[in-house]
Amino acid sequence: MSERTRGVSIELEHLTKIYPGVAAPAVDDVTMTIPAGEMVVFVGPSGCGKTTTMKMINRLIEPSAGAIRLGGVDVTHGNPVELRRRIGYVIQSVGLFPHMTIAANVGQVPTMLGWKKADVRERVEQMLELVGLEPSTFAGRYPRQLSGGQQQRVGVARALAADPPVLLMDEPFGATDPITREHLQLEFRGLQQELGKTVIFVTHDFEEALALGDRIAVLADQSRIVQYDTPRVLVGAPAEEHVEQFVGSSAHVRMLSLLTAREAASPSVAATRDIPAEATLRRALDELISGVPALRVVGEDGKVWGGLDFQGLCRSVARYFRDPENARTPEGMTIRS
Amino acid sequence: MTDLTVATALASGVPAPGAPARRPGRARVLTTPLVLLLVLAALYGWVRSKDLDSIEVRTLNRDYLVTSVLGHLKIAVLASALILAIAVPLGIVLSRRSARYASPLFLIVANIGQALPAIGLLVMLTLKLGIGLKVALIAFVAYGVLPVLRNTIVGLQQIDPSLVEAARGIGMKPWQVLTRVELPLAVPVLLAGVRTTLVLTVGVATLATFVNAGGLGDIIVNGLKLNRLTVEVTGAVLTMCVAFFVDWLAHMAEDVFRPRGLT
Repeated sequence: MSERTRGVSIELEHLTKIYPGVAAPAVDDVTMTIPAGEMVVFVGPSGCGKTTTMKMINRLIEPSAGAIRLGGVDVTHGNPVELRRRIGYVIQSVGLFPHMTIAANVGQVPTMLGWKKADVRERVEQMLELVGLEPSTFAGRYPRQLSGGQQQRVGVARALAADPPVLLMDEPFGATDPITREHLQLEFRGLQQELGKTVIFVTHDFEEALALGDRIAVLADQSRIVQYDTPRVLVGAPAEEHVEQFVGSSAHVRMLSLLTAREAASPSVAATRDIPAEATLRRALDELISGVPALRVVGEDGKVWGGLDFQGLCRSVARYFRDPENARTPEGMTIRS
Repeated sequence: MTDLTVATALASGVPAPGAPARRPGRARVLTTPLVLLLVLAALYGWVRSKDLDSIEVRTLNRDYLVTSVLGHLKIAVLASALILAIAVPLGIVLSRRSARYASPLFLIVANIGQALPAIGLLVMLTLKLGIGLKVALIAFVAYGVLPVLRNTIVGLQQIDPSLVEAARGIGMKPWQVLTRVELPLAVPVLLAGVRTTLVLTVGVATLATFVNAGGLGDIIVNGLKLNRLTVEVTGAVLTMCVAFFVDWLAHMAEDVFRPRGLT
């Protein structure tokens, strides 16, 4: 596949949206940096301004004040149409054009950018393959002939077609059933790691945020950033009650899904049953509960990281709760990539 | 949400890829013309069975009938073309968000145009502008503009707003959003309005005779004035056949121009 544009950083500076006739700002003075190539999830209750904040980035909503920089370049005042063609956009209702074939939908942006027909066709095929849809089967179909999950894949393919450095996603998997959603999340997580795009993902579902985000921004009313951190820090050291409510009462259990077997492995524990190094502690716990006293943590390359028993698992989880700073170690940052 | 559910439901039983979405059935394509031919043949037989006097023969001959039918079509087509040229662009402008307060006003005016008796309008215009084709066209346009205008506005407004947002979001310019997404999706509703207007116009074009603009109204009025039933009936049946034929043509056009992929 041809060379790909990697993600660029997104900087929001004092971004504010005030609607005329409404006293309180919809978005009040948001400043944050989204590092290049990371997936950042905005999570918060309905009406907190997370979607408004996101739509200001591709200027579907024009900011009242503040600045947006993509890769260091101020895009607050240029041509919004040009800007949007460099930013992929996926929405909850998918928004595929029902009167166009799947190929035409996916090829919209490249066509608008004036690509040659053959290039557009080639790119459409690449994109459909990328999202797991066989081009010869799907290219000529119309959106209504596809299932909800398939449509959402096409939505992602359309957003990626012109190879934008940045992707904005507004509850893209919200309308699919739980099983399809989990599939799409897993697939998209893998895709994002492969492509290295900068992604802003809006959702009200904290589970989804934990499953997808390199970092999560927990937002409250007027898009106030309550906490902006990695999933581990959010779960281990919620900044205030608002975040704690999101995390809920099962914080330790949640943490299990965020840690890998490798991190809890200890050389002093002997074991025979193997578990992959990148498996979550949740899976490890499942095996331990089933009666296996200890697990041997083996990397993909065959390297043995050590053994893992129940005590080790508990210690490993507790570490993030006893001292939140542990969660901020560089290892904690890179572990999910 | 409903769209997705519908799409999912459809996904199981949809035609093979590349299959045409919905084409008119052969039966529907042929029925109307066949029935019209039968009606015309019956009319011909009935008129032939009569002994026509010299007055009737002056109207009921090939040249006169052909001229009248063509004249009628010309009036109807011109009026419809003018209506489309006015109502579609106006409808597009009125469907923009910025015009949402103005559109009810225009719809009221168009409603009045249709509610006024066409013949009254024609008489009033004649007092002001004299007689002839131009006056007839003005009256018919005022009479027939409503369905196209209303359906253009409704057709554009019924589009799922998230589609328009998606179109803008992926970087379409405003006119691209209009021509690539909004108008194609409004086509089915718009064409239904066009069809209504066409049929209305064919009917009302019989009144053109009162301003000396020709058409099938000439035959009907001749028949009434001269008290000749065969002439009246011929004029009326021909008008009806033209109206049905135009309706049929418009129906075919709807099927051809309806974007594929829509249910």
